[in-house]
Amino acid sequence: MTALLEHDVPGGAHWSLLLRAGRVLRLTALDDGAVCSTLLFAAGDPVDRLNVPDTLKAQMSARIRPPMVLMSDRGAALASVTGSSLDWHDCLTGHSLDGHVAEFGPTSYGTDRNDWRRSARSGLLSELRKHGRGPADLHACVNFFAKVAIGADGDLAHVPDHARAGDWVSLRAEQDLLVVLSTAPHPMSTAWAPGAVRAEVEAGAPYGPDDPSVTFRPESARALANAQAVLA
Amino acid sequence: MTATLTLPTVESALRAEDAVLDVTVAAGDGFLGRVPAGGSFRIVDLHGNQAADTLFYDADDVTNRYSAMDTIREQRAAYLTAGSRLLSQDGDPLVTITADTCGRHDTLGGACAQESNVVRYGMHTRHQHACRETFLRYGAPAGIGARELGHNVNFFMNVPLTPDGGLSFADGLSAPGRYVEVRAERDVLVLISNCPQLNNPCNGWDPTPIRLLGWTA
Ligand SMILES: [Zn+2]
Repeated sequence: MTALLEHDVPGGAHWSLLLRAGRVLRLTALDDGAVCSTLLFAAGDPVDRLNVPDTLKAQMSARIRPPMVLMSDRGAALASVTGSSLDWHDCLTGHSLDGHVAEFGPTSYGTDRNDWRRSARSGLLSELRKHGRGPADLHACVNFFAKVAIGADGDLAHVPDHARAGDWVSLRAEQDLLVVLSTAPHPMSTAWAPGAVRAEVEAGAPYGPDDPSVTFRPESARALANAQAVLA
Repeated sequence: MTATLTLPTVESALRAEDAVLDVTVAAGDGFLGRVPAGGSFRIVDLHGNQAADTLFYDADDVTNRYSAMDTIREQRAAYLTAGSRLLSQDGDPLVTITADTCGRHDTLGGACAQESNVVRYGMHTRHQHACRETFLRYGAPAGIGARELGHNVNFFMNVPLTPDGGLSFADGLSAPGRYVEVRAERDVLVLISNCPQLNNPCNGWDPTPIRLLGWTA
């Protein structure tokens, strides 16, 4: 399918886009170990946004994988994960803060120019502010391409280089969306090695009752139905 | 699996007769209170297996709120127990769990809402009472609205994760009289919904009251 939009986000950078309902956003890791900390908002609503706990408990999962439906605070589908080369995308451990980045030593625009090290938080906030939003709009993110392994007692361990260059995930917008993302390294990463991510938007196609996200679980189908009813 | 689980527990030395706060929150009701830095706050599961959905805020800045994801990442563990430091989304410690006779608490299951009940159980649950209603009602006087509702703690609730990435709501680990106690690391607001959920085992299928106790430093 021909991309309507194609944009490469360098490692350690931040970006946002407005994605029309029905279109498909495909994210591709361009480097080994790339991470894409991503927040989703209903573009037409001042407060409705991705709710990771509700997404997980409705679909009995502690990770994001196809064909899960990403759900909002208000129980409506925001996006469906229509495909991925990976069966595990972290959503439990949040995004990096300035304190994580400071562990890699001093950095500034003055000394490092556009290679300066910035946290995912600073990048996400920068994009949110461009859209009239701010710190209160931060919520749990999905760290596409990252994995944090869960031990038998609930202990958490970051898995380095979970994604290889070429790994991808595709999201179908179920409402008009504001997508806000950062390609800063995972907050549990012990190295500063940010990877670039390619974003491509494709036209998408209407889905029917046999769509894998509809048939995945009754909860997934109800969230999709709620999205259809957002503007009754 | 959970029936045989043995978890470490820590008792508190604080006595109920010395408390400056001692209230009972009815099933499905809520609470908003301020705990000064150094003060302690206890939630007692009076009848067992009652989820106490709880949010903490920096009392001076409600945008600096409890963050489940920052908390579990920094402690490298998915569950909360004695010793857990509950962090804000700016990474500031808000409270530390100083006593816990239950042993383990969830912070990944979120709160119930009328809308998410529809997703989980169907449209017939749309008008059942839910935690999000209570959070919005009790949070409003402090300026806590929908935007300020982060992902909460579910004290006394059991949401086991598995190494293969599964998550479920399981029968509770709590029992009548078990409690959890936190110490405030700065002035904090505590916002509680005593969960009214009827559709899963998080309240033992029968929501019951909880007791709240507070001590100054
Ligand atoms: Zn509830």
